[in-house]
Amino acid sequence: MDLNLSAEELAFRDEVRAFIAAELSPETREKLVLGREIGKHDFVEWQRKLNAKGWAVPHWPVEWGGQNWGPMQEYIFLDELQQAPAPSPLQFNCSMVGPVIATFGSEEQKKKFLPATANLDIWWCQGFSEPGAGSDLAGLKTTARREGDFYIINGQKTWTTLAQYADWIFVLARTNPQAEKKQQGISFILVDMKTPGVTVRPIQLIDGGREVNEVWFDEVKVPAENLVGQENRGWDYAKFLLTNERMGIARIGVSKQRIRRIKELAKSERYGDTQLLDQPWFREKLVSVEIELKALEITQLRVLAEARKRGKHGEADPNSSILKIKGSELQQVTTELMMDVMGPFVLPFAASMDDEDRTNEPPIGPDYAASAGPTYFNSRKISIYGGSNEIQRNIIAKAILGF
Amino acid sequence: MDFDFSDDQKLLKESVGKLMASRYGDFEKRKGYQTHTNGFDPAVWAEYAEAGILSLPFSEEQGGFGGGPVETMIVMEEMGTALAVEPYLACVVLAGAVLKYGKADDKIPEIATGEAIVALANIERSSRYDLNDVSLPAKLDGTAYVLEGEKSVVLGGGAADYFIVATRTSGNRRDVDGITLLLVDAKSPGISRRGYPTQDGQHAAEVSFGSVRVPVANVIGEVGKGLPILARAVDEAIAGLCAEAVGAMDALVKMTVEYLKTRKQFGVAIGSFQALQHRSVDMLVMLEQARSMAIYAALSVDDADEVARGNAISAAKVQIGRSAKFIGQQSVQLHGGIGVTMEYKAGHYFKRLTMIEQMFGDSDYHMRKLAASGAAIAA
Ligand SMILES: Cc1cc2nc3c(=O)[nH]c(=O)nc-3n(C[C@H](O)[C@H](O)[C@H](O)COP(=O)(O)OP(=O)(O)OC[C@H]3O[C@@H](n4cnc5c(N)ncnc54)[C@H](O)[C@@H]3O)c2cc1C
Ligand SMILES: Cc1cc2nc3c(=O)[nH]c(=O)nc-3n(C[C@H](O)[C@H](O)[C@H](O)COP(=O)(O)OP(=O)(O)OC[C@H]3O[C@@H](n4cnc5c(N)ncnc54)[C@H](O)[C@@H]3O)c2cc1C
Repeated sequence: MDLNLSAEELAFRDEVRAFIAAELSPETREKLVLGREIGKHDFVEWQRKLNAKGWAVPHWPVEWGGQNWGPMQEYIFLDELQQAPAPSPLQFNCSMVGPVIATFGSEEQKKKFLPATANLDIWWCQGFSEPGAGSDLAGLKTTARREGDFYIINGQKTWTTLAQYADWIFVLARTNPQAEKKQQGISFILVDMKTPGVTVRPIQLIDGGREVNEVWFDEVKVPAENLVGQENRGWDYAKFLLTNERMGIARIGVSKQRIRRIKELAKSERYGDTQLLDQPWFREKLVSVEIELKALEITQLRVLAEARKRGKHGEADPNSSILKIKGSELQQVTTELMMDVMGPFVLPFAASMDDEDRTNEPPIGPDYAASAGPTYFNSRKISIYGGSNEIQRNIIAKAILGF
Repeated sequence: MDFDFSDDQKLLKESVGKLMASRYGDFEKRKGYQTHTNGFDPAVWAEYAEAGILSLPFSEEQGGFGGGPVETMIVMEEMGTALAVEPYLACVVLAGAVLKYGKADDKIPEIATGEAIVALANIERSSRYDLNDVSLPAKLDGTAYVLEGEKSVVLGGGAADYFIVATRTSGNRRDVDGITLLLVDAKSPGISRRGYPTQDGQHAAEVSFGSVRVPVANVIGEVGKGLPILARAVDEAIAGLCAEAVGAMDALVKMTVEYLKTRKQFGVAIGSFQALQHRSVDMLVMLEQARSMAIYAALSVDDADEVARGNAISAAKVQIGRSAKFIGQQSVQLHGGIGVTMEYKAGHYFKRLTMIEQMFGDSDYHMRKLAASGAAIAA
């Protein structure tokens, strides 16, 4: 047993750190530090820099830009990005649709999409959830009817993150309504957002931001060659995708970075005749979270060590549900701590944290206070999406405890 | 021991409930009110005046209705259920209490009739929740005090016709003595303000005072002895806020349970999952704990023993904060995605409850206050 990184791993960590320090735009970093929303431009610029370095899609097959890193190296990489803080490569592209196309797509699809997906020349969004199909994803109702060389898609997707930026959407649609099990009649189809009949409507979230959308399909005509893999096998590809998504889902680096920031701010926050950070009760609260974070990090490393033993495309590990539950809770708790720093200045609402809504008005109170409340409100989504924490508990109950 | 409302109190509850339902029954109306300057519709305020609730906590001699803390609790609970946006707490309960206990009766009729809005300006950039942490100087110059400085997060400050400003007339920044409360006409030369919405859809303002002259006759209470009045008024506001939180939590728990009974996934109502039933039960337990402490707060706020009163209020605020956090977070969670959207009401309750926990001292603050006073909660 050894908790230390190897010499190579340490050297790699330093290399990543140096690269971020040299290449990340200070504006993008500042937005992340202040808890402001980052825009399309921030994502694209950064991902292209990563891609030029060969780091946008390290976990893809080598012929499509992968690096053949081990799970530990992938973890170090993501952790450094999160702690910098820097944007992660767009997950819809890099962890979701990319690996699906690389694994199940046709040669033409790979050539057409993979390089552009890695470079963020194409922005993808995820068209899975529907108003009636959230936790019960297989209950989806959107249909794709085959007509000659085309599929005709009808239905409604919802909660589609950043669809307003997207060029393409990957959709789960029902191609065989008669299938015996509802999971069996679903297909995975790629749709150009510019196709007539696709409508995007923003949904405003409680923090005032507009990161999610409804996407409507009205007789949308899609070439049949945009089907990924086989018809009616889309559920298998979706499960494969969701397994890939688990990598780094705990986002421990994000919580670490936020705690560091809290300490920095609490040092300058006057508290009676002292600083907030000098208050023993406040330190106890911080330490209490740091203990859990340390435990989770080691748990994460144990899960990765297991993954390394099983090889890259092993079975989904139900232990990653532990990472999701605890990781989301800790991300949420750190946003609560951040509010505690602000005192009464949590209250003022300074328009939205959206890039486009920002005004030039001076901040009310300290300039870092404005995002504390909205970030907390917004963080409640983390235990809802990507399989809610209740669904994760169901998975653990079944797959680990044997109920 | 008696937990029942009197007949008059029942009547009050019913009539305020009806009024709030007519103004807030349709959630879209609330959005409309928020588009007004200062975040509320003066027409609704006028209706409150007509219904007599603006005069509720003042004695008959002061031009009021003679209501006590239980009456305020009743009204505030209805405000919480409705998610009302008018500055009732800020003006009638909080500023009203300062005037009441500072024996500055002459502005009370203007509040009671809805003619004037009064707001308390006590928070400064680094005072956090300490009421004694006051720097803004008021220097005596002939027959006037001259005010210089800034006040922050003044609840209802955008609409205020008068401010009650906590100023420092002697001693140092955190001294208990030397705080003087001044009633300041908001139209006085040298005052500028910046109103803004708060995270929970209510309204506050930053107010700055540049050589503002205030006649010495406008001192509320005694010179240098403002703190006990301020503390008592804030305790009364906290008691009101606790009741508001109970109203909001009660509505939110009901709303969530209703949602679980109607939302279907996997072919069944999600409320059929025992995990979600138990979570709802835990929410209910937290609600009842909060309700009990809101009653405790209302029945303690007139306690002549200042320390006992403060302890009771702090204890209530901590319980309310805990319950508000749990119920707010869990109701959003149990709603799934819809819970984090702007168009749906649950998220707005969640935001209000979150801000209630932060106002007038968060849970940490009141825990430490209680611990410092010897951890003494009256048996
Ligand atoms: C901000 C945000 C971004 C999102 N982005 C995307 C996206 O880009 N693309 C996409 O396709 N989807 C996206 N989603 C959708 C997300 O995956 C769903 O919200 C999630 O699956 C939950 O579904 P639901 O909201 O319909 O809630 P429901 O499924 O209705 O769940 C309501 C409550 O019931 C609980 N519950 C449900 N079933 C069970 C059960 N069997 N046992 C116990 N409890 C249960 C849930 O945990 C939850 O607490 C996003 C959601 C959010 C909030
Ligand atoms: C100190 C002590 C004193 C007692 N004194 C008395 C006494 O004086 N007279 C007497 O008659 N009995 C007495 N009891 C017995 C007591 O009433 C039982 O222990 C109790 O009813 C639980 O039954 P069980 O122990 O068989 O546990 P089980 O019923 O087997 O329960 C085991 C666990 O499953 C949970 N569980 C069971 N059913 C459900 C469900 N439907 N949904 C969710 N969870 C469920 C329980 O909450 C528990 O956590 C005593 C027990 C103790 C420990």
